[in-house]
Amino acid sequence: MKNCYIHSAVSISTQNTFETKGFLTEIVEHSTKKIEAIHPNYKNFISPSSLRRMATGVKMGVAASSKALEIANLPQPEAIITGTGMGCIEDTEKFLNSIIANKEKFLTPTSFIQSTHNTVAAQIALGLKCKVYNNTYVHGGLSFESALLDAHMHIIQDEAKNVLVGGVDELGNEFIDHVMMMENNTENGLKVPFGEGASFFVLSSDKFENCIKIKAIETISSASKEGLILRLKLFLSQNNIGPKTIDAFVTGQNGDGFDTYYDKASTLFPETLNLHYKHLSGEFYTASSFGLFIATQVLKHQTVPKSLINQGEFTKPIKTVLLYNQFKGRDHSFILLERQ
Amino acid sequence: MNTLRQELKEKIIEQLNLEDYSVSDIEDNDALFGDGLGLDSIDALELIVMLDKDYGIQLTDPKEGKEVFKSIEVLADYIAKHRTK
Repeated sequence: MKNCYIHSAVSISTQNTFETKGFLTEIVEHSTKKIEAIHPNYKNFISPSSLRRMATGVKMGVAASSKALEIANLPQPEAIITGTGMGCIEDTEKFLNSIIANKEKFLTPTSFIQSTHNTVAAQIALGLKCKVYNNTYVHGGLSFESALLDAHMHIIQDEAKNVLVGGVDELGNEFIDHVMMMENNTENGLKVPFGEGASFFVLSSDKFENCIKIKAIETISSASKEGLILRLKLFLSQNNIGPKTIDAFVTGQNGDGFDTYYDKASTLFPETLNLHYKHLSGEFYTASSFGLFIATQVLKHQTVPKSLINQGEFTKPIKTVLLYNQFKGRDHSFILLERQ
Repeated sequence: MNTLRQELKEKIIEQLNLEDYSVSDIEDNDALFGDGLGLDSIDALELIVMLDKDYGIQLTDPKEGKEVFKSIEVLADYIAKHRTK
């Protein structure tokens, strides 16, 4: 079995994470309930002929993956794996509205072609002329984690030496407004905005000094709070780690009624620095890929911006980080990282 | 005819998302495919749907399409002769 290390991490998000060398040095405050990503100049990454057909998510995914490969100094990965909850919802909405408006006639090909969930991974491969394993996971709040698990297995089982993996979701125009309406009509709805973004990583079996190892990943479709605690304890013991070894516990709390899962899990780590990020990134099915990006930056820079701290104080070097995410009490995931 | 050419240029820019082009950038005789505007086979499908939807013209012969989409001038002439809308 090989080990799996993160060689690069790149994020286009609702914060300045893409075109800056610092790590959340300036926090962008958002006052609306729907926040768009801060977009780079995509012409620097994508040819004009391809760019004109791409919707937001595809542009974000292609640009973020391009930079991740550049940082890792990797011209061609041996696998391209993405996760997305809503896929290319912009073009899906466009195509479906066109079906209604034109009474199922005169349907144009572009929005149909670009509306499929695997468009991002496909466009990355087309841009690189890369015919390797190409897969996209669409699995609600576990979409990114499923992609990461596949990438991790490729590396540790020595099926690939370098893998490009990422999570991407775009806001879209209409569907999100209906979801927002439902969330706003319940007391236990989301308290963070809806967001979008693309975070991409190059994973490799090659180790270098101070690189970050993905020690383990676990996904659980459904669990009671008590069951979740048992699974978390088992996950730690299987990895020969006690709760006190965890230097930072990163949760995907979003202020809704299911944050009680995070409260319960946090009881296992009373002395551990507790971090959160969805108030900065917004909530979306693959927001946990932004969480992984944040965790890698904390481990890399050995600094914790105040805005990330939910509880506790940053007082010591951070070596081991545990991420826990869930969505609406389902789709739980643990990711264990260790700085080498 | 000039109005139709202008209309076609506007529609092509909008429907094919040619963000870097304005109507004045497209000459009536510019090739739409290849070295001219650089359109491709997916754009051809978009144009076929546009002809049907906006002008009531159904292109069924691929060879005919190749000739019709040569330039804005040729396209406008063809539409003027065959339109049902």
